[in-house]
Amino acid sequence: MSERENIFGRIREALKAQAPLPGLHAHASTQTTASAPRQWLPKVSGSFDEQLALFTKNAAGLKADFQLFNSAEEMRQAIIRLRDAAGWRRVAGHSGDLTNAICPVLNLPLLRTDKAYDVHELEACDAGISECDALIAQTGSVLVTNRSAGGRALSVLPPHHVVLARREQLVADLPAAFELLQRKYADNYPSMMSFITGPSRTGDIERILVLGAHGPKRLTIFLLAE
Amino acid sequence: MSTFATQFLKQARVMAGDLRHRRTIRTALGNYEIARDKGQASFQNWQSARQLASETKWEAINHLDKYLEQFVSKIEARGTKVHWASTGEQAREIILQIVRDKQSRSIIKSKAMTAEEIHLNAALEQAGLNVVENDLGEFIVQLRHETPYHIVFPSMHLTRGEISELFQRELGSAPTNDPEELTMIARRVLRKKFLTADIGITGANFAIAETGMVSITENEGNARLTAALPKTMITLIGIEKVLPKLADLALFLPMLATMGTGQALTCYNTMYGGPRQPGESDGPEEWHVVLLDNHRTELLADAEQRDALHCIRCGACLNVCPIFRNVGGHTYGTTYSGPIGSVVTPHLRGLQDWKHLSNASTLCGACTETCPVKIDLHHHLLQNRRNAAKGKPVFFERLAYKLFGFVANRPALWVLAKKLGRCGQPLQNLVKGTALDPARAWTQTRDLPPLAGESFKDWWRKRK
Repeated sequence: MSERENIFGRIREALKAQAPLPGLHAHASTQTTASAPRQWLPKVSGSFDEQLALFTKNAAGLKADFQLFNSAEEMRQAIIRLRDAAGWRRVAGHSGDLTNAICPVLNLPLLRTDKAYDVHELEACDAGISECDALIAQTGSVLVTNRSAGGRALSVLPPHHVVLARREQLVADLPAAFELLQRKYADNYPSMMSFITGPSRTGDIERILVLGAHGPKRLTIFLLAE
Repeated sequence: MSTFATQFLKQARVMAGDLRHRRTIRTALGNYEIARDKGQASFQNWQSARQLASETKWEAINHLDKYLEQFVSKIEARGTKVHWASTGEQAREIILQIVRDKQSRSIIKSKAMTAEEIHLNAALEQAGLNVVENDLGEFIVQLRHETPYHIVFPSMHLTRGEISELFQRELGSAPTNDPEELTMIARRVLRKKFLTADIGITGANFAIAETGMVSITENEGNARLTAALPKTMITLIGIEKVLPKLADLALFLPMLATMGTGQALTCYNTMYGGPRQPGESDGPEEWHVVLLDNHRTELLADAEQRDALHCIRCGACLNVCPIFRNVGGHTYGTTYSGPIGSVVTPHLRGLQDWKHLSNASTLCGACTETCPVKIDLHHHLLQNRRNAAKGKPVFFERLAYKLFGFVANRPALWVLAKKLGRCGQPLQNLVKGTALDPARAWTQTRDLPPLAGESFKDWWRKRK
């Protein structure tokens, strides 16, 4: 017999005995027929402006840099300011409507990661510029997949990750983000999907927050509101 | 007493008296508590969220065969190779075989408690292979040749000074007391490893049956890099990690973060559904998922304690446990410490050898109250005590209870015993804590409350 069959055999044998129902040892008033997480998770209001305000607040708390623009031109100006302030010499990105509209103005060597690339070249880039699948107001997160955001490494290897997003990509909460993934990818999910919540961090030394543990030290989120 | 019990008692005595250690832990956990409470308060109803989480895990664990089959068929359909290991030894053998086949020269590994459980690093090193932990805390304890102190915060027992000394000694870095500078030293060292490693090993927090994915939660980005750069990826995961649906993560990710570290969401929560797919530009060419039983099916067979398999390894029960906070993580001598470790270790490694952990509890129930998936932890400790006594009765305990039962059932004897106790206690006080004291084990470190001068019965009679 294979180990697979052995393990399934033991599981089926074990499950012949009925386990007590969950949570019954706890206080009776907590018994609920809680079916959907949305009603218990942190509350998110309905309107776009409220969600935007919540995202802004959460991003600030996470030490992410969030900026809102009314036109693509404003966004282009902002990324040039970012380039000059940080002294970028080379950047990485991928092909997409927003990235294609924004990246060329940088006038810098651009490594494309949506085709086969050399990882050492990506490591040498000062910033990775990507699109995303959604922004989540509830948590201040950016949802990326390797299909929408230039592969697995672009959003995590360079020291600065810049996310370009559009107004309609802002969703209220985590359940909405999963609904979006299901709707968008159905039975053909990308092989990597990641909720990025602020720049990379660690608290492993005396529980003191340090940014840029292994991933980017800086996370910049540009939202085009037009 | 088993040697493990002797070792535990010896170590516990040392640690409980180590004020510096207690101060370090109290500071670290004080900040955690504030963040955790704030996180819980942001939920519309934390208690209902716990109930839903517990019902979801109950559904998954009590239909484990169905969900595992679904998980495996979905994940295999995307080109992932699934392996089955009944024991830790089998899991080590499977991983060693993959590593040998690939003629690996350099392995990086992101934090995985299952790998600690099966002593994977030791096995790889014994086979002459080079494996480097890339979670900062794990990297630190690996350099110290220690096991993780805590399942979420592996290096929480160390001060920045100790870490600086360690880095000077092992990495040749300049002395510094700045946590940021220390983190950057590790980042530079590990970045080189990331770029050259040919195999990446990870654990996983959840396995999604519906879509055939694993979900990995982390803060540093080290697991993201481990799953992006090396050509071959190996994920070691316990069979109990399944969740039925992808959308279940909408509940479990924020709950894990709230209880684990006090964050609303951990920095990176990533779902992997396969190795690099056609048309994708990076990621591993091969992905091996090793499913580990290692006595989990035995715990599954214990219907009474089956909910211990609901555990999402958030570490919340360790953080609130008065025993853990005083004796520290290493004292347990187990992979999983604190209340959950005391519950599951007897199942994983033998009840009689590890029954002393069931007594490493004040039965205050703080663990049960904090557990986000409502594991009945402190009652399971009692059940383990019961099972241990049933399996291998202790003569003196049985004698003592028989005697107590005999006396308590005879009112005249009971009154006499109380009188004797009242007379005897002042005498006992003279020898309190010394070798002559029959209650020495208790009185050495504790006071025995004085018996009341008058019994309730006498007082009641006089009142009339």
